[in-house]
Amino acid sequence: MSEAKQYKYIGTRSIRPDGFDKVTGRANYGADMSLPGMIWGKILRSPHAHAKIKSIDTTKAEALAGVLAIASYNDFPSVADEVVATGEGSSNLLDLANNILAKDKVLYHGHAILAIGARTAAIAEQALGLVEIEYEVLKPVLDVNDAMAADAPVLHDNMFTQGLAETPTKASNIAARQEFKMGDVEAGFAEADLIVERDFYTPTVHQGYIEPHACTARYDADGQSMLWCSTQGHFDVRASTAKLLSLNLNRLKVIASEIGGGFGGKTTVYLEPVALILSKKSGRPVKMIMDRDEVFKASGPGSATRNWVKIGAKKDGTITAMQALLHYEAGAFKGSPVMMGCMTAFTPYAVPNMYVEGYDVVVNKPKVAAYRAPGAPQAEYAAEMVVNEIADKLGIDPIDLRLQNAAKEGTQTIYGPKLKAVGLVECLEAAKNSPQYQEALKENQGRGVAAGFWFNVGGQSSVTLNMNPDGTGTIVEGSPDIGGSRASMQLMAAEELGMPAENLKPIIGDTENVAFSAGTGGSRTTFATGMAVIEAAQDVVRQLKERSAAVWNLTADQIEYAEGETFSGDNRMTVAEICAGAERTGGQITGRGNINARGAGPSFAVHLCDVEVDKDTGKVDVLRYTAVQDAGKAIHPSYVEGQLQGGAVQGIGWALNEEYVYSADGHMENAGFLDYRIPLASDLPMIDAIIVEVPNPFHPFGVRGVGESGIIPPLAATAYAVSQAIGLPITDLPCSPPNVLKVIQDNA
Amino acid sequence: MAKIHVNTSINGEVVEFLCEPYETLLDVLRNDLQLTGTKEGCASGDCGACSVTVNDALVCSCLVLGVEAEGAEIGTIEGVSNKDQLHVIQQKFLEHAALQCGICTPGLVVSTKKLLEENPNPTEEQARYYLAGNLCRCTGYDKIIRAVMDAAETMRGAA
Repeated sequence: MSEAKQYKYIGTRSIRPDGFDKVTGRANYGADMSLPGMIWGKILRSPHAHAKIKSIDTTKAEALAGVLAIASYNDFPSVADEVVATGEGSSNLLDLANNILAKDKVLYHGHAILAIGARTAAIAEQALGLVEIEYEVLKPVLDVNDAMAADAPVLHDNMFTQGLAETPTKASNIAARQEFKMGDVEAGFAEADLIVERDFYTPTVHQGYIEPHACTARYDADGQSMLWCSTQGHFDVRASTAKLLSLNLNRLKVIASEIGGGFGGKTTVYLEPVALILSKKSGRPVKMIMDRDEVFKASGPGSATRNWVKIGAKKDGTITAMQALLHYEAGAFKGSPVMMGCMTAFTPYAVPNMYVEGYDVVVNKPKVAAYRAPGAPQAEYAAEMVVNEIADKLGIDPIDLRLQNAAKEGTQTIYGPKLKAVGLVECLEAAKNSPQYQEALKENQGRGVAAGFWFNVGGQSSVTLNMNPDGTGTIVEGSPDIGGSRASMQLMAAEELGMPAENLKPIIGDTENVAFSAGTGGSRTTFATGMAVIEAAQDVVRQLKERSAAVWNLTADQIEYAEGETFSGDNRMTVAEICAGAERTGGQITGRGNINARGAGPSFAVHLCDVEVDKDTGKVDVLRYTAVQDAGKAIHPSYVEGQLQGGAVQGIGWALNEEYVYSADGHMENAGFLDYRIPLASDLPMIDAIIVEVPNPFHPFGVRGVGESGIIPPLAATAYAVSQAIGLPITDLPCSPPNVLKVIQDNA
Repeated sequence: MAKIHVNTSINGEVVEFLCEPYETLLDVLRNDLQLTGTKEGCASGDCGACSVTVNDALVCSCLVLGVEAEGAEIGTIEGVSNKDQLHVIQQKFLEHAALQCGICTPGLVVSTKKLLEENPNPTEEQARYYLAGNLCRCTGYDKIIRAVMDAAETMRGAA
């Protein structure tokens, strides 16, 4: 590796440009926008997990004073059977519409049926209670096993399994099958001295963003419609909403508010098209906010999964074959991230023989949404648990076993390409050398190690960098800032221009004042939008040289630029001087960076978790935790550490506590933060974050996205630590006190 | 039912408002008084995003009725900084990057201020338990706790 470059701005821990507003309460989030004459919209939701809607009578609701509009599926002008991009994935438009307002069948407890707009939220709520609906209640399916049974109730009578040699003629709940393979797993298992195989279960979990979905909409017949909403991708909101309402894209402006967490869950639409319909029908601006109960019942979640993994290894630790069979719940409509599970499960390993088969299965639960490295944590959990068991049974240190089999540059992946430069080995070595790994464990304590792989994505980003007459600049980008990315944009532009960061103000433009940009997902923003910022800054430098050349009667190639100045021989001009004189050299200066970024570098992560288990109660305490991850180059190290720590803790929650609890008839029974228990400050130790920097060769500064990989390893690192502490295998998440106690008692 | 007239004090300013008897203090602050710095995350007292003080007691404003503000002194995030001069706690949250999305930050700042008034020298464990009612999904709490401990030390030094 070449010597690391020295930078002046990137790698520093600057104060984020949006920080003041956020610590003082001035920042405006999804629910913080009000407009004159605004009314409130509320949604009526299904009390049943699976039912046909036989009739709806809104007469009494409409008669209530203060009710101004009612919206139902029939208010979508026309819905085509086509696919639209929704952030990190894509949705069939019919399914999307049906999820937003059910057509004639409700498919989960909380499924939206109709919406009422009224003068106050209280009147809207009261009116919902006056709607009379007759249902024919059907038996629900709540698990992939039930859903795949031969006699299972079928959710969609027009869904026939895709991906089989022959498409079946009988409808079923299996939306699709896929497989990935390389080498010959049977031959690989034949070479193995040890084979371990197990079944694993991971429950339905929620992204758990603290800010509920919220929007304010104003429909305008003359083409000035506006949506203010909390989203990871306002261009995607515009695309979906405009499609559903048959609008041209230039007739709907979407403004991304500050966003109070998303983790993938805010890459699709729920309220936005409904608010716009209510606005159209009432002639008034409409605000809609989900209650927390609605957020749990009808947004997100992440797939519950049943996964089987089989791994073979030689006595010396060489892994010879890896095989998995994955079943992912999609929720009520097809489209779980099972393919991502197939592609990521074994990618931390350079093993020639692999075979992964995956099934996408619909059940009577909310349609899953992207959740931080969608699909990867569940599959990699199963894989990493078995890798740890192999290490233990062979008497090899789990980090050494991984080092021995680690994927590196040139390793063939199961999904096609060979890996470029990656930092898994460096992460493993950093974990091995970490203070935590040197700590001795005591009685009732255990340690788990796990690796995680996520691809990261690039895609389209657009940036304009408007230089002001005093030489400062405004960076207009189109990727909502969910975790401090404006600070990174500012630092990258400052580095490129050699100007103080505070002279460059980054803002998130709405869909009208910056060109299309893909949403904040796939760990793409600092990588891809960062590249667009760099390109816009380079465009500014090019123009600064041209303007200087014009003043000095030279050609642009005779001009140099550094540290905020152009120069040639004895001539010298500051950016401020050039911008002040722009009027005389051709008008103001705007840099552009409109890119489709390729070469997103995968980010590997390795985590260590030490726990202590109270064997009388099953309660697990996390004692120590280390999160190591390859950032390529950390633009703002504090916010990179924050991604590692936040991912780790979200994963710890997944491993230890979080799960949707359903009654037999499909009612979600824990739709609140008291009963769906995400980690609290008092549950946790400090999270040691170790940033590894193996530069991504395809980014000017070497950046790799860091947002997602960090949620993958905690599941296995934590659950394996529990299994070590109790001396028994763990297969099912979460490792909540009753579940851990049951494992102990079942083996007593 | 007619709205009820309430006289109160918010961040030291005399305020009067009309509210429905069922409206929460959170709804009054956000919807009637446009003090949107106080956030709603759950409306059931579980997340702490709506933390305010009522007569010096730290409460979730979603669990207090608007009419209970009658005659009380309410403190919200809008009253923590002195105009553009950030409170030490706010400054430390920024320096330590103790926020990512920032939706929990107003509640955490209000809770931390109360913590340090009650206990200027908390241990890490005391800080973690005091702030256990303020959920943050982004940070894993590490940088929040560092900011709180640093703010405590700075405030002790200044006292």
